[in-house]
Amino acid sequence: MKLALLSDIHGNLQALQACTAHAQTQGVDRFALLGDLVGYGGNPEAVVEQAMHMAEQGAWVLQGNHDAMAVQPNPLDDSVGASSAVWTHQQLSASQREFLKQLPLTVLQGHMLLVHASAYAPERWHYVDSERAAEMCMDHALQTFDASHVMVGHVHHQTVYYRGAGRKLMRFEPTAGAPLPMPHHRRWVATVGSVGQPRDHNPRAMYTVYDDQAQRMTFHRVLYDHAAAAAAIRQAGLPEFFAQRLERGR
Amino acid sequence: MAHIYTVQYAKTTDGSRRESEFPMAMKIPRMTAGDGAENIVSFEVEQQILPALSGAHVPRYVASGDLSRTPYLVMEYVPGQTLEHWSQAFEETPFKVGEHDMALARMGSALAHAVHSLHKQNVCHLDLKPANVLICPNGHVVLLDYGLSCHAHFPDLLAEELRKAVGSPAWIAPEQVVGVRGDPRSDIFAIGVMLYHLATGELPFGEPSTAGGMRQRLWMDPVPPRKLKPDLPEWLQEVILRCLHPEAAKRYPSAAHLAMDLANPDQIRITERGRQTQGTGFKVHFKRWFKAAGMHYQPSPLPSRQIQEVPILMVALPHEDVSDATWYSLREAVARSLGIRPGARLACVTVISSGDTSSTDSHKSETRVHRTHLTRMQQWAQGLDLQDHQVSFHVLESGDVAQALVRYAQGNEVSMIIMGAATHGLQLQRFVATVPIKVAMDAPCTVILVKQDLPFELLGTAASADDARGAQPLAT
Repeated sequence: MKLALLSDIHGNLQALQACTAHAQTQGVDRFALLGDLVGYGGNPEAVVEQAMHMAEQGAWVLQGNHDAMAVQPNPLDDSVGASSAVWTHQQLSASQREFLKQLPLTVLQGHMLLVHASAYAPERWHYVDSERAAEMCMDHALQTFDASHVMVGHVHHQTVYYRGAGRKLMRFEPTAGAPLPMPHHRRWVATVGSVGQPRDHNPRAMYTVYDDQAQRMTFHRVLYDHAAAAAAIRQAGLPEFFAQRLERGR
Repeated sequence: MAHIYTVQYAKTTDGSRRESEFPMAMKIPRMTAGDGAENIVSFEVEQQILPALSGAHVPRYVASGDLSRTPYLVMEYVPGQTLEHWSQAFEETPFKVGEHDMALARMGSALAHAVHSLHKQNVCHLDLKPANVLICPNGHVVLLDYGLSCHAHFPDLLAEELRKAVGSPAWIAPEQVVGVRGDPRSDIFAIGVMLYHLATGELPFGEPSTAGGMRQRLWMDPVPPRKLKPDLPEWLQEVILRCLHPEAAKRYPSAAHLAMDLANPDQIRITERGRQTQGTGFKVHFKRWFKAAGMHYQPSPLPSRQIQEVPILMVALPHEDVSDATWYSLREAVARSLGIRPGARLACVTVISSGDTSSTDSHKSETRVHRTHLTRMQQWAQGLDLQDHQVSFHVLESGDVAQALVRYAQGNEVSMIIMGAATHGLQLQRFVATVPIKVAMDAPCTVILVKQDLPFELLGTAASADDARGAQPLAT
């Protein structure tokens, strides 16, 4: 099975389309969307519509914190992340909101666990952004789900955590396009990056392809029309900052 | 640490057996009670890295078995002798005066080329030693045993948070001792240890068995080879000690640079390092020991990117029908490229035809003709600000200029060729394959074609008069 993992699309239709097109060229036979379909971006309804269509075709779709916020915006929350939730809620149709509401937090497929933020208390949306956090995630994945490979999003960064020769986990920054061996007898936590809002000073969209047969994972950076995505945000009347950060990749 | 068997394909059900293109060997990790887990991990590392490597300096990968069920690794069985056996024969061969060192340099250059081919593929070997260097009957070098290697695109299975030293005590580099695993200059250090041993019969840092013993190389210079063997030429000591410098930044920046020096010993710039026979004093060692105490792990950039920063530039200098504008423009282009790359090395090359030299006519003797061309090239290079750049000059003899230039670039890992756009008086024509066009098509690297351009104010001045070979008008 060749699985394309797309996470944190954040209403960015252009990036989603570019990544799915790229994934087709890589010969993937299944898609997984790891949550945060909406939030920040200018085309939430189009993205959710496409996600629903992909789910009908067999894709696995998970719920992220922004999806939960869009279903039930919290008027008392004034953080940056929550600011677009009300607007997003209004853009979605009733059936689209229902779709987001019933999305699962985790998907377990054999030895592979998919979750938006972390296998450790998925509903608390912990960031896997350090070796320590990755260790918590890895241990809980094994204890609760008996999974050796965990794929997460939420951090908008592409990394791999693994156990090297020592006791603590090691962190590895993958090179785009270079297939990485991820043998089944070892345990891995991979953060697949963000399709719709990269945060590493590189505006290219991020996604990952996992080849279960060859036991390899390849991280990709895909060019997309970020000017059009930024224009959609401005047209929607959302804060200018959300548009600018797409151009800067930060 | 592993069992090695020769293997062949099994017979199929109909009794036939598939013929292999090349003889094959199978490696199986040794798993007795005394062997630690490192054995299995280094087998796993080699299993991951070998299929990712290609080229003439690596045994070809055939197949491998699932580590969790039946671990095995099948690869090409390369005929040849390890450096251990080669060095025994080397000791015993009676060489003529001066040839002993040249044979050592030739082997060292072949070894450096092999190591450079790994670095280009983003792999640092990190366990280079005589048992892992295979010398084929034709002098070609193949590198074995990637169990401790590090591929920059793969998670390093031997990395760990305490940054322990991973390597063999006699050959391990200083930065490897503090846990750095991605620096190609660590491999250059190991080559230096092997050359030192072959030249003097001694290991530069002995074979330490304690962590403290291994740390000595972080600050200590070894005894100069010429102190142990006064007959050794200065250039050989210069090369060896440069490879063994405790600071990676002061060694050869890439194996291609080392290979080039060993291939051209007469052009090596000799400093006090090559001449000295006394060894480094206590004060220098103490200062370094102090500095080394704080030395700690730092992550390394991709090896392929590191060696791109220190390219070998080649400039093809014409010697017939050259206008002063061509000389000037070539110098400007070379200066620009050297300026962008402080670590770059320059090779100035000119190609003469075999008819230019004669073994009978003393006025056209090879030495005389070569010397004339070398002098002209050195004069041209005087206008360049060469600072710390290494430069060498080469005269090639061939009937096919383009082919000679391309071959030279291939054989010396040149990253960029700079040449005139319209050499030998021919205009750049679309339908005629001039020398620049042929080079641009066949070269293994970037080619920069330089148009002639002499600033108006320099026309007819002293600067252009020095360059001109006969008063040639500017070509249009």
